[in-house]
Amino acid sequence: MIEETRVSLTANKARSGLTILGIVIGIASVIAMVSIGEGAKGSIQSSIEGLGSNLLTVLPGFVQPGRGIVSSGRGTAQTLKNEDIDALSSLEGVKAVSPELQRRFQITSQIGNNTNSTVVGATDQYAAVRTVEVENGVFLSPTHERSMSRVAVLGPTVAKDLFGEDIDPLNKTIRINKVNFKVVGILKSKGGSGFMNLDDMILVPLSTMQKILSGVDYLSTIALAVEDKNQMPAVQEAASAALLVTHRVSEPDFSIISQADILGALSQVTTTFTLFLASIAGISLIVGGIGIMNMMLTTVTERTREIGLRMAIGARRRDITWQFLMEAVMLTFLGGLIGVLIGWLIAFAVARFAGIATSVSWQSVLIACGVAAGIGIVFGYYPARRAARLNPIDALRYE
Amino acid sequence: MIECRNIEKVYQSGEVETYALRSVSLSVADGEFISITGPSGSGKSTLMNIIGCLDTPTKGEYLLGGENVSELGSDELAEIRNRKIGFVFQSFHLLRRATVLRNVALPLVYASVAKSERLERAAAALRAAAFPEQFWNHLPNQLSGGMMQRVAIARALVNDPLLILADEPTGNLDTKTGDVILDTLQRLHRDEARTIILITHESYVAEHAQRVIQVRDGSIVGDIPVKERRIANNHDHV
Repeated sequence: MIEETRVSLTANKARSGLTILGIVIGIASVIAMVSIGEGAKGSIQSSIEGLGSNLLTVLPGFVQPGRGIVSSGRGTAQTLKNEDIDALSSLEGVKAVSPELQRRFQITSQIGNNTNSTVVGATDQYAAVRTVEVENGVFLSPTHERSMSRVAVLGPTVAKDLFGEDIDPLNKTIRINKVNFKVVGILKSKGGSGFMNLDDMILVPLSTMQKILSGVDYLSTIALAVEDKNQMPAVQEAASAALLVTHRVSEPDFSIISQADILGALSQVTTTFTLFLASIAGISLIVGGIGIMNMMLTTVTERTREIGLRMAIGARRRDITWQFLMEAVMLTFLGGLIGVLIGWLIAFAVARFAGIATSVSWQSVLIACGVAAGIGIVFGYYPARRAARLNPIDALRYE
Repeated sequence: MIECRNIEKVYQSGEVETYALRSVSLSVADGEFISITGPSGSGKSTLMNIIGCLDTPTKGEYLLGGENVSELGSDELAEIRNRKIGFVFQSFHLLRRATVLRNVALPLVYASVAKSERLERAAAALRAAAFPEQFWNHLPNQLSGGMMQRVAIARALVNDPLLILADEPTGNLDTKTGDVILDTLQRLHRDEARTIILITHESYVAEHAQRVIQVRDGSIVGDIPVKERRIANNHDHV
């Protein structure tokens, strides 16, 4: 039976080849698209985990659950104050607390370069909580904080933008919002993850940020490092309770987000993205399936006499149905295999030449092959039934 | 062996009823070699289709080897054809892309016979049809008409049928090659006691049988034993 299927498919190689091209393209694009989506998800995940896996972030304003972090209205609410720091530091399980105030400013260097970058007012705790390290010079110290020093620690991207490759920025002066700051340190590169470049920022003491640069007394973020990953939910709850007390409110006017929440929101986005890409590719599979149906109908007509003979010598209707269904499934399955191979090559090429991470999972390969065979069944069934319904007497005489 | 009792076949197209067969009764004994003749449109093809279990009569009974097959469904008829009937057609009906051996073994595929046994039995059938062994792995289009028809005869023999039904087997062949085919059929009848029904419109061909059934306008008009039976010349196998 399989032998016969092979013989009849190879008898018309050009036609079989052209017909399965539709399936090949469909499966290849599904595999490639899904692998790009999965790769994006993976790289976002790993970069978020790189931010510190036992990090809790307190944001002002209440975030609706499920609405994602984008709609938080961060920066508009002014409910986080310096008093909250002490309340959170005293909680059990909290290793370090990093209060932060973040704004974008225009920054210029002595040599005349200027850039627009994020300036973060932070304390010495920032380094521990956000896991950043100093490459050159020193980090912000408690003394800087107390004395409202006009010092800055530069992210590597900002350092390069302001001073170029050749000049060592250490101990040089920069102007942030027309105020002079001395560069005391350069951060080690953490790498960016596309939508947030962790190297493109400047750290200044929190007190300097609040009193001199922005003239406000609130915070935009409080980041908590939790001692143990397992304590995350407990600490999140305790922090929430503590803040309700210090803010003297019954409904939270703040949000506490863990890495898991951010991951969840982002993977929701990437999943939607992947689904969108895959469904576009899926349309080409349907078109390919129609091509298969077309070819099978032609084949059935061409082989009417053969069908008549097979019936005369004892093929039952289901034998004929099976024969043509097998041919269609063999075609689409073969197309699926080739498609998987090409899709995998495309994913590999994208990773190699476009620098986008891709990952071809076993599940997507199995699903692709299954879908290809399924298309064979769906689009092969009608032609096969048509073959089986032929009347043997008429089929034998067909010219 | 074959028993047709008052068989009628009516084709209905709209309001008009066309009688292809009217009350045909016929019996063929085991080991008999008969021919059915008649002009085109006489109903001999319809009769052949019913005898060959490709069609069922509108009325009447048809018993094949003692089994009433006149009211069976299409799958059961397929099984009867597979087990009890061997067909030989005017236009050979060989699969173009299969070798001689695989063509002959084809009916056994539908009888669920294992592959090694299929090939064994196909080889035996080819020998019985006097088909030379050096062509067993050739494709049909590499063979002459007479050779192709002998492949078809071997295919008809492979399932060891009760009945061989040959529909104008010499119609596409010249006289000389046709004689070889008729000789093959006569040998199968004589040496293996095969029951053969030969459908033809040529009286010359029909006279190679023991008995000639004449069909006209849907009825049997003659059932005559052949007095001087022709014996085909074997032109030393083509």
